[in-house]
Amino acid sequence: MIYNKVWGCYKIKMKNWQNRLYKTLKNDGIKLFSYVPDAGHKILIDNATKDNSVIAIPLTSEEEGIGIAAGSYLGGSKAVLLMQSSGVGNCINQLSLIKHGQFPFLTIITMRGDFGEGNPWQFAMGEAVIPTLNSMGVSCIKIEKKEDVESTIKAALTMVFKSERSVAVLLSQKLIGAKIF
Amino acid sequence: MVLLDRKKAIPILIGDNKRFLIISGLAGPAKDIGFLTKESPNTFLFGGAMGGALPTSLGLALSRPNDRVLCVSGDGDILMSMGCLATIATIKPKNLIIICVDNALYLETGGQTSHTGLGVNLDMIAKGCGFPITKTIITEQELLEGKKILDNFSGPAFILLKVNKSSPPKYSRNWNASEEKLKFRKNLIN
Repeated sequence: MIYNKVWGCYKIKMKNWQNRLYKTLKNDGIKLFSYVPDAGHKILIDNATKDNSVIAIPLTSEEEGIGIAAGSYLGGSKAVLLMQSSGVGNCINQLSLIKHGQFPFLTIITMRGDFGEGNPWQFAMGEAVIPTLNSMGVSCIKIEKKEDVESTIKAALTMVFKSERSVAVLLSQKLIGAKIF
Repeated sequence: MVLLDRKKAIPILIGDNKRFLIISGLAGPAKDIGFLTKESPNTFLFGGAMGGALPTSLGLALSRPNDRVLCVSGDGDILMSMGCLATIATIKPKNLIIICVDNALYLETGGQTSHTGLGVNLDMIAKGCGFPITKTIITEQELLEGKKILDNFSGPAFILLKVNKSSPPKYSRNWNASEEKLKFRKNLIN
């Protein structure tokens, strides 16, 4: 019940910018949307799943999304990995492929253990997201306001697919709201 | 039971490697494939990021639906990314064939027994994940049957190639993944 109530709030607040975010990714030619489900990514995942012109790939663990992005680039397509901050820890060794091979890599991460977090389990990984990603050569750009979403994603797409960098866009709990416990 | 020798079995099973885009897992299979293709531009060999060969071959297969993608990897590498068998079986790319070179041990690190040497059957796991085609190859007759799977486009297929403990061929490879990436892409895209 509480979850549904919270999701109701999410839906009203997020629908517009999340739909725009999907369009921005699609217009840039992203073909593969790998994801481990997360409430904050729900609209993006729903959009990708319903759209026959892209491929939505549910993962068992976030690290699969790293190889999928690299393989997709080898074949000439663009991919994005959608995950929650806790999934970053699962990715670390696989990021060797991105860093050593200098593959372009884009991930969009919904934060936990961040602004207003009520589950103490989330802080350990949440606070480790930026240092661990940076140590594996992934630049992090954090978004806190919905009016910054589109321009930030466009900037990240340019950095990744024109300059062949690896970039994580972090969606703060200030932006997506903290889950209520 | 007399098991097959990887140095003989892998070239027979693959046949003309130019038919495929090949992703090889790290360690033994990278030597098998490097030796076979001499790292021709249809080949990308892992040298680390253990567990990465399966998802990379999935990304490549989805990106190149008109090419056949072959993932050749060891039992250790595939055990580390078993979840990706579930992911591949869910997406079902027709153009993806996985060959697991299963010697039931970690040859690279001193020959420790792997889980497949302790009873884990990756063919049954792939089947349970929903792979439409799986095949275990133990005998020479089965090797010839397995060859036919590689002639088709009706994957995803999972081939468990049981081999003895002998070493892969000696091969001095390029360890620079960035160079290999550029070579692979240039061949496909330019």
